[in-house]
Amino acid sequence: MGSADMRSFLAFLGRSLAAVLLSFAVSALIMLVSGYNPALAFASMIRGSFGSANSFANTLSKSVPLIFAGLACAYANKGGIFNIGCEGQLYMGAFVSTVTALSLRGMPRLFVIIASILTGMAAGAAVGSFNGFLKAKMKLNEVVVAIMLNYICRFFTSFFVSGILKDPDSETPQTLPVGEHYMFSKLIPKTQLTTALFLALIAALAMFFFFRETRAGYNVRAVGENGAAAEASGINVARTMILTMAVSGGLAGLTGVTEVFGKSERFIDGFSPGYGFTGIAIAFLAGNHPLGILLSALLFGIIQAGSMKMSYEAGVSTSMISVIQGLVILFVATPELVSIRIGRRRTA
Amino acid sequence: MNLIHQIFSMNMLLATLRMAIPLTLASIGGVICERSGIINLGVEGMMLSGAFGAVAGTYFTGSSLAGILFALLVGGLTGLLHAVLCIRFHTRQSVSGVGINILASGLTIVLCRAVWKRDGLSETVKQVPGISIPGLEKIPVIGRLFRGQSPYLYITVLIVIIAWFVMYRTNVGLRLRVIGDHPKAAEAAGVNVTKYRYVSVVLCGMLCGFAGSYLSIVQSNLFVKDMVAGRGYMALAATIFGGWNPAGSFLTALLFAFAQAIRINVSLNIPEQLLQMLPYVLTLLVLMGVGGRVRGPQASGDIKD
Amino acid sequence: MYAVEMKDIIKRFGSFTANNGITLLVKKGEIHCLLGENGAGKSTLMNILFGLYRQDSGEIRINGKSVENHSPLAASRMGLGMVHQHFMLVDALSVWENVVVGLEPGGFRIDRKESIRKVQELSDRYHFELNAEEQVGNLSVGMKQRVEILKTVYRGAEIIIMDEPTAVLSPPEVEQFLMILRDMRADGKTIIFITHKLKETLAVADRITVLRAGKSVSTIEAGNASARELAGMMVGHEVDLEIERPFNEAGGAVLSVEGLRLLPNAASTVSFDIREGEIFGIAGVEGNGQKQLEEMIMGLIKCREGRISVLGKDVTKLGTRKRRQLGIGYIPSDRLNRALLSSFSLEDNYLLGKQFSDNYVRHGIVRHKAVKEAAGTLMREYDVRAAGMDQAAGSLSGGNQQKLVVGREASDEPKLIIACQPVRGLDIGAIHYIHEILLKLRKEGKAILLISAELTDIQQLSDRIAVLYKGEILAARKNEDFTEEEIGLLIAGHREAV
Repeated sequence: MGSADMRSFLAFLGRSLAAVLLSFAVSALIMLVSGYNPALAFASMIRGSFGSANSFANTLSKSVPLIFAGLACAYANKGGIFNIGCEGQLYMGAFVSTVTALSLRGMPRLFVIIASILTGMAAGAAVGSFNGFLKAKMKLNEVVVAIMLNYICRFFTSFFVSGILKDPDSETPQTLPVGEHYMFSKLIPKTQLTTALFLALIAALAMFFFFRETRAGYNVRAVGENGAAAEASGINVARTMILTMAVSGGLAGLTGVTEVFGKSERFIDGFSPGYGFTGIAIAFLAGNHPLGILLSALLFGIIQAGSMKMSYEAGVSTSMISVIQGLVILFVATPELVSIRIGRRRTA
Repeated sequence: MNLIHQIFSMNMLLATLRMAIPLTLASIGGVICERSGIINLGVEGMMLSGAFGAVAGTYFTGSSLAGILFALLVGGLTGLLHAVLCIRFHTRQSVSGVGINILASGLTIVLCRAVWKRDGLSETVKQVPGISIPGLEKIPVIGRLFRGQSPYLYITVLIVIIAWFVMYRTNVGLRLRVIGDHPKAAEAAGVNVTKYRYVSVVLCGMLCGFAGSYLSIVQSNLFVKDMVAGRGYMALAATIFGGWNPAGSFLTALLFAFAQAIRINVSLNIPEQLLQMLPYVLTLLVLMGVGGRVRGPQASGDIKD
Repeated sequence: MYAVEMKDIIKRFGSFTANNGITLLVKKGEIHCLLGENGAGKSTLMNILFGLYRQDSGEIRINGKSVENHSPLAASRMGLGMVHQHFMLVDALSVWENVVVGLEPGGFRIDRKESIRKVQELSDRYHFELNAEEQVGNLSVGMKQRVEILKTVYRGAEIIIMDEPTAVLSPPEVEQFLMILRDMRADGKTIIFITHKLKETLAVADRITVLRAGKSVSTIEAGNASARELAGMMVGHEVDLEIERPFNEAGGAVLSVEGLRLLPNAASTVSFDIREGEIFGIAGVEGNGQKQLEEMIMGLIKCREGRISVLGKDVTKLGTRKRRQLGIGYIPSDRLNRALLSSFSLEDNYLLGKQFSDNYVRHGIVRHKAVKEAAGTLMREYDVRAAGMDQAAGSLSGGNQQKLVVGREASDEPKLIIACQPVRGLDIGAIHYIHEILLKLRKEGKAILLISAELTDIQQLSDRIAVLYKGEILAARKNEDFTEEEIGLLIAGHREAV
């Protein structure tokens, strides 16, 4: 790393930290105005996520789907696409992987797990690449399309799990369990921390390597920086965009897969607490750096894991998470506001 | 036969008009905003803020009018937030919009719990009553358009007309159209582009807030979390499909509303979820149909200098 | 009395000083040329005068009145108007709408009738031959420029600043334009004419102020000036305006274009060959199919009619990548948008267009060491001045960016180089350097297609010249077989000049 690299890295780190601190400060202000005790709220949040070895393991487990969601958004961002469709992609990923596992019941464990992971990724990738196709070939705004697809995927899966795939013994719309046997192995008993953590770490490392060392990664970055120049260099821009969204969708699909095979054991209607949107905040906060995402996902894992206790002890709604997320996105996306402004004022 | 009867009935027309109200208002907000060169993906969040503001305002004062004014205020403030970020701080406009949506979604729930001690649900408040127009209500058949309808219906039609007139028949509108296509030209011509932008985005926020108030204190009598349910994005699609023209917005909103009205008013033997999906599928198909071919304001997008 | 007095103007952008104590005095009713190279500070100075930028120090007086709190609005109130280099027109609106916006007759409502009447009257007065109700998008470049001038006159401008107005015009259009300037002077207007072209300056100016590197060199009466003297003042030393193009034996055909339709409504198609060791120049005003030619050859847009082959291989259906792999170097006309990744490092920029070559990428993995070495060599050989390999390409000066692009595209032994507007926006030193490089590549036996709007480029470098007008080649001959006047007339579409 050159000294210029190092300086810009430190500047970036400073901005991210400042954005997080500002978001917490504004959140505290909101709580204060709403009649809550922010000190108590944050303290119980910390207790909820770090209180014991088991609660920390659960914090880590909460971070796992967030890592995938963050990587998904970051991958698309690198390619110049704002993937706000992770939410729909992860629903499809969870749904298809569940259906795969249910229909392969009785087959060898490893085979079923791998098949479920792959089909889940493929489902997310399919939704993502459709979105990418509409952007690349039909010049549609990817954000508006993604929102529509989010609703469509959400109701599409809801249709099945309320109907023909519904667990007949259950009140809520959900599928039958895939079976304990086909779940990811637990790393620590009685927690939700599973081997999916390793999958997340591998994905982050792979993405780091991909963007740093490979031609395909270079091409994705080039398209993200300047499509016209990428095109003139010989890159097929439309295809790269579609593939970028496919990979991003596949990663989002993995978010859904780990939720089913690491936690809920089945597809539950409307299960996602907005992982896809949290992913946006995580990616921005990490500056789309795959290894930085591990850290920022952990931060949001802590907030999520602690939110129940915060709600219980301080009375604040768990939706405070969304407030913090929204603020982080706004602050990180506004470096001019966050960075301490040195030098002349603009005179022009 | 019965089906056709159901579709082309007075009930359907009224239902379509009613459902078109919030879409039209927000979509015209989008038109004004994008004509000033700023993309507003935060329409959804601005509507949600307005919906919450209307209920809170009505709840604390007991007056519907105060509720509406409060919705306008809250909507305007969210608009101002977007404006300050995009204009003063050059934030990426799509990111700011999405951030505002997430923030609004969370903050309304947090405040809901703070005020009413319930998660994602307010107490019920007074609804805005319908009005009848003396004389006109007596006309056979179409008299129903003027009997017991919400004042929002007439205000919306009025706003469509005013917005269209201002956009295409006044000098203010001419300037706004020039700003959207070529802000530097407008600036060189002595137009205060920044001022126009601030006013446009705040106005958009107020229209969205007004639209949101319709959902919470006219169609309903309480706030429910995420009650806007994608209508903000649908309104944006109407902005695009309507060709950035207030009249176009209105017609597109009617089309979208018609699809929704079918879902509710026509008894079809189709599962609920698929019908819920319908407006989004329709919007997507419409976007795919017109997509890249429509010509929007040339300069809308991130402000760099 | 002076119409404009600017004294000791200083303007800095970050660490760069664009105006370093410039003084400009313009007399009432004169045509005053502001002459200087690209980057000399002309545009900055005029933007300050018009209130778009604020000077860091220095004094401005307009008609003797000191100017405080300057803004474009204040400037136009004081009778100043500016015709920008890039048109500030909305294509979707009509002429009158473009002219009146910001200062509309009537109050709240648009007064269409009155607006059209006023605009038409002004156009007729100066013989602009415009129809006020015409949509601006349908107008030619020359006519659009008149709409721009009309805007300033409509606003009652007595002092009109014109920023490089002739850059987009063909030679006869330039003649007409200079006539308009004289008409306006006769009408009592003061005109500040920014340019870097000596011929026009001498043809129309009353007085000339020369700028160099952010400073005013001197102000002289046009009658006492010669082209050589002015050029010397612009550059700071005596310049040799000529460049030597030694004889070179051309070899076999490298690029063959047959029956290519550049514009849908072109009267005929385009055909030509370019041979090894030859520079083939395409002359003409931009917008006559140059962009289409460039992008069709590179496979960036489809060609619906015609055939392109490189080294005997038909490439009409191939993608850009495959074409590049045949050995095409490409210097795009749109340098910033097509040739560089602004926020990427120089190393990453070197790789652009070479990422499909085995020299730099093996089995999908980038060979960073090879890229770094090659990029380092390029920076030394082509004198690209940068803080280091990590520097973002966007932060280089225009000249250094272009050297990087030219060097990159000329490396790894291309057979064919497509050079489009290669010297646009560069200063004389950099232009000279790029010219030398192109001649060197020619000597090495490369076939070069040179597309340039600057006639001097074409004439100095090309072995053969083709004139492009409305998508067709009006004439293609050896350089020596054209007179300058012939080329000028052809550029303007006068077919009978052939």
